[in-house]
Amino acid sequence: MASSGSLTVADWLAQPERERETLVGIAKRALDQATEGGAEQAEVSVSSSLAREAGVRLGDIEHLEEARDRGVRVTVYAGQCSGTASTGDLRPEVIDQCVQHALEIARHTQRDRAAGLADPALIAESVDELNSGQLTDLDLWHPEDIAMDRLAERAIEMERSGREADQRIANSEGASVSLEASLSVHGNTLGFMGSRQSTSFSQSCVLIAQDDQGMQRDYDWDSARRWSDLNGPEQTGRHAAEKTVRRLGAKRVPTGPVPVIFAPPVAKGLIGHLVSAASGGSLYRRSSFLLDALGEAVLPEQFSLIESPRLPGGPGSSHFDADGIATREQALVDRGTLARYVLSAYSARRLGTVTTANAGGIRNLRIDGPLTPRDELLAQVGTGLLVTEVMGQGVNLVNGDYSRGAAGFWIENGAIAWPVEEITIAGNLRNMFLGLSAAGDDIDPRNNIQTGSLLIDRMTVAGQG
Amino acid sequence: MFELARSQLLDPTGLDQSDIESTISRLAGGAVDFGELYFQRRVSEAWSLEDGAVKNGSWDVDQGVGVRAIAGAGTGFAYADAITLPALIDAADSARAISRQASRGQVRLAPAITTPERYTHVDPTREGRSADRVELLRTVDAYVRSLDARVSQVSVNISGSHEFILVAASDGTLAGDVRPLVRLDIRVLMEDGDRREQGFAGGGGRYCLAELMDPDFWQPQAKEAVRQAEVNLRAEDAPAGHMTVVLGPGWPGVLLHEAIGHGLEGDFNRKGISAFSNRIGEQVASPECTIVDDGTLADRRGSLAIDDEGTPAGSTTLIENGRLVAYMQDKLNARLMGVKPTGNGRRESFAHLPMPRMTNTYMLPGNHDPGEILASVEDGIYAVNFNGGQVDITSGKFVFAASEAYRVKNGKVGVPIKGATLIGNGPDVLTRVGMVGNDLALDNGVGVCGKEGQSVPVGVGQPTLRIDGLTVGGTH
Repeated sequence: MASSGSLTVADWLAQPERERETLVGIAKRALDQATEGGAEQAEVSVSSSLAREAGVRLGDIEHLEEARDRGVRVTVYAGQCSGTASTGDLRPEVIDQCVQHALEIARHTQRDRAAGLADPALIAESVDELNSGQLTDLDLWHPEDIAMDRLAERAIEMERSGREADQRIANSEGASVSLEASLSVHGNTLGFMGSRQSTSFSQSCVLIAQDDQGMQRDYDWDSARRWSDLNGPEQTGRHAAEKTVRRLGAKRVPTGPVPVIFAPPVAKGLIGHLVSAASGGSLYRRSSFLLDALGEAVLPEQFSLIESPRLPGGPGSSHFDADGIATREQALVDRGTLARYVLSAYSARRLGTVTTANAGGIRNLRIDGPLTPRDELLAQVGTGLLVTEVMGQGVNLVNGDYSRGAAGFWIENGAIAWPVEEITIAGNLRNMFLGLSAAGDDIDPRNNIQTGSLLIDRMTVAGQG
Repeated sequence: MFELARSQLLDPTGLDQSDIESTISRLAGGAVDFGELYFQRRVSEAWSLEDGAVKNGSWDVDQGVGVRAIAGAGTGFAYADAITLPALIDAADSARAISRQASRGQVRLAPAITTPERYTHVDPTREGRSADRVELLRTVDAYVRSLDARVSQVSVNISGSHEFILVAASDGTLAGDVRPLVRLDIRVLMEDGDRREQGFAGGGGRYCLAELMDPDFWQPQAKEAVRQAEVNLRAEDAPAGHMTVVLGPGWPGVLLHEAIGHGLEGDFNRKGISAFSNRIGEQVASPECTIVDDGTLADRRGSLAIDDEGTPAGSTTLIENGRLVAYMQDKLNARLMGVKPTGNGRRESFAHLPMPRMTNTYMLPGNHDPGEILASVEDGIYAVNFNGGQVDITSGKFVFAASEAYRVKNGKVGVPIKGATLIGNGPDVLTRVGMVGNDLALDNGVGVCGKEGQSVPVGVGQPTLRIDGLTVGGTH
């Protein structure tokens, strides 16, 4: 087997099919070894990525990084017992060793009726779709070999724009620009061998502002499949400065119940908790506040959550899930009602139902319903809290209890009044989702979970007193 | 230890000391102040039980070499997952791009330092038989279920890893270490009517699996997980507002890790972006508080013989009788700040850059009996267990989430309350420490610290503490 260690970055990007062939070769070898070793079924994932990043701080280069990562993970099934092994070392002898370890583990694990590859009929449909040549291009691969110097120059420009935007920007944690290209192959002993390749270009800038009261830090970022689609570096730098300066003079607020707006970066986390609670693993462990909630109202009826896994250019787009099942557009929440769970082949079998093609997670989930401009949301709140940042692990998916540190802005007379910090917000997720009064039109399409601001009618804020 | 690490990492590759010296010579020199090679190989395995059966087992091996070149405050970094001379040279040339000047001169490595003996020589991934691990998990499961009929779900995980590292650098450093790490986790779900609550306990350290398999180790953990779930079944809504908080001993030391520890890491202070920057010598805590970061404790999860830059692990007093006396340093930040490295240079793996990180961070005991501390509280909460925390080192605001807590009124511990997040301000929280207990305890060995996307194992500890004013994030 040829090692692609010799491939240059330029070769890799220009001819991904060469790298893909190498990965397919590794996958086939692992599957063959597993079968020869006595596995009735096996599946393997092989990935390869390259990344380049330039980081600057106060106008000087702080780090330049070149990364090439590869990995293989193999799972074998023998008599409904399974074993998994993985390695980042793709030499043939190490992969063989890896398969032997997986087989050895499967000799000791206990029988699991739910174990094994997905339903052969569903895999056969995927294989047919792969062979049909009818798969649409997901528009995820736009390689460009941007040299380290250009990444660094862009980072310097971004940070300079941010530092020059406001005199109160006193320091910087730096700016960075990066590119990443990744390729992955997933195969199993039912004849499925799918692949996915994507590029991503990212930039971010973290600034520090200072006044008599102390320092505040905030950041801005952008990410795109195409280099040319990235926001201008000066825009990201300037936004980082605006966000940072806005936090100066933050104070606490009195303790009590108020309406709370979650800004898009934290609103996506809230929806993420709903997805986690609806996921097979949480359900078969009975560790979800959405246990037995199928068909029940989880959001007000004007709102839906739609998954579009094959969205061209989407952050989470993929033709197949991690079990090799064809993905499809489907509602998770349909007009307020939990329409389905988020299941893999394994978790579906544990729950006695069929997979929703969500092995590996949800893909491109978007809120649907009446969307309100941000100003109207503020007006609707009157007096309350806008949360732009949450901190800590205070989310209990078993019972839905939610209590987290927060920072943001106090809203008075329907407008932003002053910055707020060192407070907590608390409630119960089931009630919070049912209390979703309005959703903003400020949807951020760069995220896998795409939602605008979310207005929750009432949460307990703790600050002073 | 060094010889074992060297032979494991280099013998199979055919590389010898002269190849390493020539690569570092190529890497360092000219405008490059420092060049370093970090070789690593880690084997990990894990077994998990749920639904009464051991359904999953996994094994992983990873190895490679990380190469960095530092010029001023700038770092060039590259790594390779193949340990071969061409891959080393390739990575060295990428890392060198930090400086445009050609290298010159010849680096000679010093004799390898003697690695302190700090943990067992047993390789946990090769210890005993697979069947023993499976049997342990089943025994623990049966035991947990026998403790309370309301236990509906039990998951038990056992994991072990064994790691070899070798560091060679242009400052002459040559050092190696062989590190074991094991861990057992028990998670319990209990149901009573409509209520479902969980409990968790676990522990581990740099020792062998046999210790985890001893009933004297796991039975108390099993009881603790069930006890926590049982307490949470009775928990009432937590209060909201600013109040007195008593923290129990041991794992609640996560307070120190978040509120103080991260803010005292050298990188943030060298850059002047920590709420503790330029405050050495100042009083930042009550005079009863002395806090250390100690990587030298035997067998602890956060302990190290040498750090990932080859500096022997140290015991650094960070705060002495309330006065800030030192930051934690790696080589880069120590050099730029004109101080000595403290043995806190750590990295997740060869594919990550080292930075100042904590090891085992704890507060030394004070004079008060814990009962006396609780008796002194008129109205507040007593928090004895936590999920974890987070800090914004610039504003100093930190949170940690209680997983077991009680209401305290008139000096009496009352009803259990639901999990709530506590939030405070790092630079002033320890000035509000009213009483320090005489019951210092370290945690059981489950801590994972995340910083800039890198995870490393750590330990925390403290005696019982009374803090006169923290914000408690309950619902009423």
